[in-house]
Amino acid sequence: MSEAPRGQVVRVKRRHAPLVVIEIDGEQVEAFAGESVLVAVLAHRPALRHLEFSGEPRAGFCLMGACQDCWVEIEGVGGARACTTPVSAGLRVSTGWPRFG
Amino acid sequence: MAEARRVLIVGAGPAGVAAAAVLAAHRQRPFLIDEGHAPGGQVYRRASAPVALDIKALFGSQVGKYERLHATFAGLAGSVEHRPRTLAWAVHERAVHTLAEGKAEVHPYDALILATGATDRLLPVPGWTLPGAYALGGAQTLLKDQGCLIGRRVVFCGSSPLLHLVALQYQAAGGEVAAVVDTTTTGAKLAAAPVLAANGFATLLRGLSYMAALRCKGVRIHHGTRLVAIEGETHVTGLRFRDRRGNEHRVEADAVAIGFGLRAETQLAELGGARLRYDSVFRQWLPDVDADGRCAPGLYAAGDGCAIGGADAAEESGQLAAYAALADLGIAAPNARMARLRAHVARLRRFQRGLAKAFDWPHSWPMDMPDQVILCRCENVTLGEVRATLREDIPPADVNRAKAFTRCGMGRCQGRFCGLALGELMAAETGTAHERTGWLRAQAPVKPVPVSTAFPS
Ligand SMILES: Cc1cc2nc3c(=O)[nH]c(=O)nc-3n(C[C@H](O)[C@H](O)[C@H](O)COP(=O)(O)OP(=O)(O)OC[C@H]3O[C@@H](n4cnc5c(N)ncnc54)[C@H](O)[C@@H]3O)c2cc1C
Ligand code: FES
Repeated sequence: MSEAPRGQVVRVKRRHAPLVVIEIDGEQVEAFAGESVLVAVLAHRPALRHLEFSGEPRAGFCLMGACQDCWVEIEGVGGARACTTPVSAGLRVSTGWPRFG
Repeated sequence: MAEARRVLIVGAGPAGVAAAAVLAAHRQRPFLIDEGHAPGGQVYRRASAPVALDIKALFGSQVGKYERLHATFAGLAGSVEHRPRTLAWAVHERAVHTLAEGKAEVHPYDALILATGATDRLLPVPGWTLPGAYALGGAQTLLKDQGCLIGRRVVFCGSSPLLHLVALQYQAAGGEVAAVVDTTTTGAKLAAAPVLAANGFATLLRGLSYMAALRCKGVRIHHGTRLVAIEGETHVTGLRFRDRRGNEHRVEADAVAIGFGLRAETQLAELGGARLRYDSVFRQWLPDVDADGRCAPGLYAAGDGCAIGGADAAEESGQLAAYAALADLGIAAPNARMARLRAHVARLRRFQRGLAKAFDWPHSWPMDMPDQVILCRCENVTLGEVRATLREDIPPADVNRAKAFTRCGMGRCQGRFCGLALGELMAAETGTAHERTGWLRAQAPVKPVPVSTAFPS
């Protein structure tokens, strides 16, 4: 089965916020200020993180702050839930082995 | 002058906002704590991303209720102390422990109304941890909260009245609906129809209209199915299922929305001293409350977190809980109105019990799923690992022992997504009554609290 190089989630509604540049694992990516980090990452990538036990890819699940399957590391903040954390300019996200709260 | 009493509400969905309105009308100044950025709860959620949503298209005939909740809340400005983006992570010795922006606080209360709602109820299916597989309610939340879809071509599966609603909302938003794969039979729905019609005729019609609208748009709806697997290596590529006759089908999709109704968020009630009782229709443990929501001294529960009942029941049970709290604080409550509310809430909850039968939770499924399927997403525990402990000389007697043996339910979600299936698996494999497998006991913090949190000394 071929890997989809594109993102998993699709933005379907117009945004009334500026595009800002954030960094995902060192890669510069554009995202809309105020949308969730989960959307910012998954609009570009097929997964959000890798499970600490098996390395298998995960991309969040509940999308409402309950399952904790979307944790990423945010510079200056530490581990954070991607689905409930808003994007701001210059945010640096690292998707490898986040520290859990 | 009497000292001001401190009334706290956790949850700003329909139940919490309705409770706040009653309290404010009686010149209390409640604290309204919610994790979200704005009131609305799950059902009347307001987007947190800066997106232009067409509220009319999204909420359809329910748009009036959406607008009413937000107008009610706006009218409470100045008479309610709203604490958005605030997690209530524990209830201990008549105080609520909160966390907002990295700062912890303790709020003692004279009365605490818990209106914490529900989350999706899940059971393990092969492939449900793949990127592209999402909880059904979550798929809707991504649309309401972020103006996004979980994929380009989505299959909706499981057993829930939300299946049809969310599929329609996705289609209206420009998504492709690959199919609706409903695991309940038409027969179960017909059998429940009289109870549904007697207790909520308009709601029943609305549900039927969703199905008709989907068919009209050419979407295939399969009833009475069994889910075989969500397929894919590193991301979802499709769903395999069997139809009523046992024939296998495959639907191509790059995303799957899966859900089996709702499970109540009861952890704070338990920490606050509520007893839980087993509900044999919903097959879950719910706070043991009186008709007005009282569950322990100074503690009240309302809405879906108390008994799965839908948005209208949430609103009215929120009002009831607020009146009960007022009465217990020595402030006269309107008896005739409370009696009407009790009767109406009871009726709306009967409707939901009917829905629970129409959209049956296939509780024996975990027993039929292969060993290698992951049950606990957080700790990566498989069904096979749990089965192995059930075969030991002294097998775990309840879910808490099973958790200690296997780590299933020990992870960050605190068993929200595996706990119910764990109990069902134990019951089915060992022949124990489900009720006897118990519930995963709540522990503070009910959600992870960052290590950097500043706690008050
Ligand atoms: C994802 C999802 C989507 C749904 N969509 C629909 C729909 O489209 N139509 C429909 O009729 N019904 C829907 N439902 C059913 C819906 O839950 C109820 O109809 C209604 O929202 C219940 O209202 P409530 O006030 O009891 O709780 P909710 O609306 O769930 O509100 C509970 C609130 O409590 C907050 N909360 C919970 N725990 C804490 C805590 N520890 N700290 C701080 N805040 C907390 C939550 O953030 C939430 O805002 C949905 C349910 C879910 C789970
Ligand atoms: S996706 Fe479940 S907590 Fe973020």
